[in-house]
Amino acid sequence: MAELTYRHAVARGIAQEMERDPTVVMIGEDVAAAGGVFKTTEGLQARFGPERVRDTPISEQAITGALMGAAMNGLRPIGELMFSDFLMVCWDIVANQIAKTRYMTGGQVSLPLVIRTANGGGTRFGGQHSQSLEAMVMAIPGLKVVAPANPRDVIGLMAAAVRDDDPVVVFEHKKLFAMKQDVPDGEIVDRLGVATVVIPGSDVTIAALAAMVPVAEEAARRLKESGVSAEVIDLRSLVPLDTQTLLGSVSRTGRLVTVEENPRLCGWGAEVASIVAEEILWDLDGPVVRITTPHIPLPSSAELEDLAIPSPERVVEAVLRLQ
Amino acid sequence: MVTVVTTPDLRLTLYRGMVRARYFEQRVYDLFLEGIVKGTTHLGLGQEAVAAGFAAAMHPGDMTFCTYRGHNHTLLRGAPMGALIGEMAGRSIGICGGKGGSMHLTDVPKGAMGSYAIVGAHLPIAAGAAWAAVVRKTGQVAVCFFGDGATNIGAFHEALNFAAIWRLPVVFVCENNLYMEYTPISAVIPVEHPAADRARSYGLPPLIVDGNDADAVHAMATDVIELARRGGGPSLVEAKTYRHKGHSRADPGTYRPQHEVEAWLAYDPLRIYRDRLLEAGIAASTLDQIERESMSEVDDATEQVRNASPPDPATLETDLWADGGSSWRN
Ligand SMILES: Cc1ncc(C[n+]2csc(CCOP(=O)(O)OP(=O)(O)O)c2C)c(N)n1
Ligand SMILES: [Mg+2]
Repeated sequence: MAELTYRHAVARGIAQEMERDPTVVMIGEDVAAAGGVFKTTEGLQARFGPERVRDTPISEQAITGALMGAAMNGLRPIGELMFSDFLMVCWDIVANQIAKTRYMTGGQVSLPLVIRTANGGGTRFGGQHSQSLEAMVMAIPGLKVVAPANPRDVIGLMAAAVRDDDPVVVFEHKKLFAMKQDVPDGEIVDRLGVATVVIPGSDVTIAALAAMVPVAEEAARRLKESGVSAEVIDLRSLVPLDTQTLLGSVSRTGRLVTVEENPRLCGWGAEVASIVAEEILWDLDGPVVRITTPHIPLPSSAELEDLAIPSPERVVEAVLRLQ
Repeated sequence: MVTVVTTPDLRLTLYRGMVRARYFEQRVYDLFLEGIVKGTTHLGLGQEAVAAGFAAAMHPGDMTFCTYRGHNHTLLRGAPMGALIGEMAGRSIGICGGKGGSMHLTDVPKGAMGSYAIVGAHLPIAAGAAWAAVVRKTGQVAVCFFGDGATNIGAFHEALNFAAIWRLPVVFVCENNLYMEYTPISAVIPVEHPAADRARSYGLPPLIVDGNDADAVHAMATDVIELARRGGGPSLVEAKTYRHKGHSRADPGTYRPQHEVEAWLAYDPLRIYRDRLLEAGIAASTLDQIERESMSEVDDATEQVRNASPPDPATLETDLWADGGSSWRN
């Protein structure tokens, strides 16, 4: 057991897989010599050499295209898109090429690749460096999506992503990079599509992802003081989605609140809410409530951004209204 | 190329532009360390001659497109300093109401058509603005500033080809400060000059200018802007320069060799220009006065920002749509 930050967990997770499997390589802008702009890949080039850990030009289409080509030809490449917003720059490669190729070739082509990218707001960077794009990726058939909320899960989900035979987008959250946690020594490997109950409870289920997990946890602590027992679920993986854990919890509590950092329209919570409505409507004791950012780009002003992103206060208020 | 004769008036304009940009960005840096400017900043300290030279060659209706490292371009097109710092500090007086931040400074009435934070995105956009100028016969020219690293992104190549075949009145200016973030540009291009060596691919002449020499930049700017205005089509200019500070925020820039940094600091565009003006017989007191006036402008702007309120919470959900709101359902 040792204390580890979320940012160091990224490097540890990648190193664990590179150590194990010589076909794992990593590329991206400033990831090698400089160790990444968020210092998430420090030491990897020194440890694994310039062949396997390599800096690229500012060429997101070339980066993601090269991941695909390399995956077609025997590597398990990891590529970094510095900010998830840059997915838009290479969306053809990601959504048209990488996502569809196994299916369109009748299963001939396997693309075991990982796209890691820094997601989310709260950093005052403004609209083009703050988006939460997990729902956009989730909407494309052929892409798997994970978003760890703590250092341990960064390692476990990174390993699962690298070992998976399909393309996986790993959303690392910028607001969580400094988060610390005691992490077990040795290999950590998760399975994709397993949610965790981080706080058990009986009155309401609060489902959250990435940086919204600590928000939901804080809300649950405050709700406890008001006599409400909230169960907090960290989804961890959107595709595949652990509906069993989720539906089991909601059936017991009878209430569901989703806490989503994405703007309102078509956020992952909309999919979750529709599954609940279709499959366990009669177990509900009240409406499903989605707490999201409004349908706006994120503003850079601290006061406005804090108002936009879901806060513990907003979660508490929504839950109390449901009781 | 025509060589433009620089008059004393013009030279003082260039000097004033550089001094204002320098003091302004130094203050932004201090305010960032103080926690007043939030998020991030990408300073153009050391690159002021490019901004001053081009701004002085542009006409009032001309359009500037720049990157996150464009505080100086936006200022020198005439945007008010208090509103620029206010934007970086996320205050209500910000030029975008606090919604854009340091990477998105924009002042449309002044022709500062935006700062773009996705590398390369604004090159085709500038071409489009130039196309509109042709269609509407306005005589405007668009000037688009970007870094050396941006020459490696697809949008650069698409925009150059597009502007060249349509002969659009747009000037593409690569501010080659030798680094894309922490990586030396030489490590990620197979040629020596990221922009100039690629110009021929678009049927354009390779143009290189000393980006720390305000006179040289201004002369080049005047030539290419007037060429564009006359219908002679686009140009691609590579201005050789250097940023004095790190890439962004408090980056100490340790990936750059000490001797290289020192050499470029010694070749400071302000210092060399001041010396040149003194040599040309301009009185030191005239230059001192420009410096004093610029400093008091910066101090005033800082005061405005310190006294400014945060944005009204009600503005969070304004201005998504043309009707001023952001609603999407009834
Ligand atoms: C499409 C895209 N990729 C990556 C980035 C991250 N990024 C911001 S600035 C920068 C370096 C740009 O270098 P250069 O074009 O030389 O401009 P400079 O910063 O030196 O002015 C990078 C990689 C980005 N903003 N957009
Ligand atoms: Mg550069």
